[in-house]
Amino acid sequence: MTAYIIRRIIAAVPVLFFVALISFLMFRLTPGDPAAVLAGENAKLEDIEQLRVNLGLHRPLHIQFALFIGRMFKGDFGESIFLNKPVLEAVVDRIEPTLSLAIASEIIALGFAIPIGILAAWKANTFMDQGLMFFALLGISIPAFWLGLILIFGIGVELRWLPVGDFRSIISDGPVDFLRHMIMPAFALGFLRMALVARLTRSSMLEVLREDYIRTAYAKGLASKVVLMRHAMRNALIPTVTIWGLGMAGVLSGAVVIETVFTLPGLGRLIAAALINQDYPLIQAVLMLVAGLFIVFNLIVDILYAYMDPRIRY
Amino acid sequence: MELTSTEAVSLRRPLKERIKRNFQRVWASTYMRYGAAILITLSLVALFADVLATHEATRLYPAERLQTPSLSHFFGTDNLGRDVYSQTLAGARLSLFIGATVVAISIPIGAAIGMVSGYNRRADAVIMRIVDGLSAFPSLVFALALMAALGASVVNVIIALTVTYLPRTARIARGSTLAVRGLMYIDAERAIGSSALRIMRYHILPNIMAPILVLASFTFATAILVEAGLSFLGAGVGADVPSWGRMISDARETINSHGYLMVFPGVAIAITVLGLNLLGDGLRDVLDPRLRGQFRAGVD
Repeated sequence: MTAYIIRRIIAAVPVLFFVALISFLMFRLTPGDPAAVLAGENAKLEDIEQLRVNLGLHRPLHIQFALFIGRMFKGDFGESIFLNKPVLEAVVDRIEPTLSLAIASEIIALGFAIPIGILAAWKANTFMDQGLMFFALLGISIPAFWLGLILIFGIGVELRWLPVGDFRSIISDGPVDFLRHMIMPAFALGFLRMALVARLTRSSMLEVLREDYIRTAYAKGLASKVVLMRHAMRNALIPTVTIWGLGMAGVLSGAVVIETVFTLPGLGRLIAAALINQDYPLIQAVLMLVAGLFIVFNLIVDILYAYMDPRIRY
Repeated sequence: MELTSTEAVSLRRPLKERIKRNFQRVWASTYMRYGAAILITLSLVALFADVLATHEATRLYPAERLQTPSLSHFFGTDNLGRDVYSQTLAGARLSLFIGATVVAISIPIGAAIGMVSGYNRRADAVIMRIVDGLSAFPSLVFALALMAALGASVVNVIIALTVTYLPRTARIARGSTLAVRGLMYIDAERAIGSSALRIMRYHILPNIMAPILVLASFTFATAILVEAGLSFLGAGVGADVPSWGRMISDARETINSHGYLMVFPGVAIAITVLGLNLLGDGLRDVLDPRLRGQFRAGVD
């Protein structure tokens, strides 16, 4: 197992290198001069030139890349141009709202998805199954940002039941205030994930229910609840865990739009702002961070997989 | 020996009969029928958007700002006085065009790259590192980054979405190729001296078509969702092009007084994506039920 983990970490190195290369090249090989964009429309030619020297953009590409990698190893991701502070600091400041949103939305998603998936598989091809699966299909068809706006309009503006926008910390503002502000964004983000996981749980549950050992369990007279929960569910959740884990890094995609809709001061909004302002040191760092998270999640999922399924040995 | 001869006969079945048989198989799925009905209707709407529209989609009527739905403006007007009904129709044309173009480019190229990668070990080592690197970014974040670098326009949205989804297609095609390449009939082909190109074209491609087709319908759906997301964030097709995402973003400004304005483009997106997902589910059930759970629709 340890050997496997070490091998996987070594295998992640070339991927991370490509990720760094892509993040680095994205703003250098595309049309438009970052220095000109940063200097503004009315900037003089010498000002742009000066800015280019200040940012190190006058150096050859491979030197710039080597410097970029070298600084990154020292934990220096550069300085955000628009926020005027170190990128790492800007990112750390924004972690709490995004982490809260991700956890809250995953609790909603999994809390509903797994029971829905199991129920649909148990009652396969009945009216209930079709109803639940149509609901799940709807979930993957509705854009999360639109669902968020509909919630704001219905629950926030018309009914005035919940406050719209703003973030409250669970640590400093208490759980009640936190939940009042978090329920709508977490639901908007969690709905899509719920639909995905419910569909997946249903199909892997259906596959497991056809197995011989399920027939054996029934044959020895076990109650269907026991068969379902102890024999079927454990095995059915293995593929679910994989896809769920791989999708976790993608929650950040959802966070970009949901944090914008609900004006939450998280990483997602930082990414959106960095991109729209063409704050390229910040974009590079954020892209590296996001891709790094994805690789780490991949690894965690694979290790979890081995623990959950004793047949898998590396 | 007998099996081979029957297979040879079935391969020689006339094209017309083959199309008929495949059509019957596909039509048997309820999902497919509903999905196809939705998409055909939407395609007709997109095609005849100019005829069905009551106003010019992008024209501003400042005197008629924020009108409620009426006989002259079926869905009302937005904060700049544009007719929401005509914009929604024009949005259908744009969404379907972008989705179809992204699929038409990313699926064949991605499938070809994936096949080469799955077939040739030396190419695989290089290709998969690049594919891994490219698909380590969440799709919306990556598309957004590309849009920020390229600038807002319809062509750039298509480029950004193609670059985002190409590696994902390649990965699926590679996986399917790996599953097929170890089979006996591929060894047999190699033994009689068939070229790699011939084996890929005539023996691997037909056998990996099922997952590729299913992927195509989900890519279509996701491309529409991501385009809407990009346009909503202001990094999409540009402010002057009628897009559902941009309409929702505009409607957000007047959410306190005219919240209903965002209902129309949102429902339009949901119906379109629902149609494509139904089609994808139906295709998967008909072509290869074992694929259940391997595909994830939606934005990741």
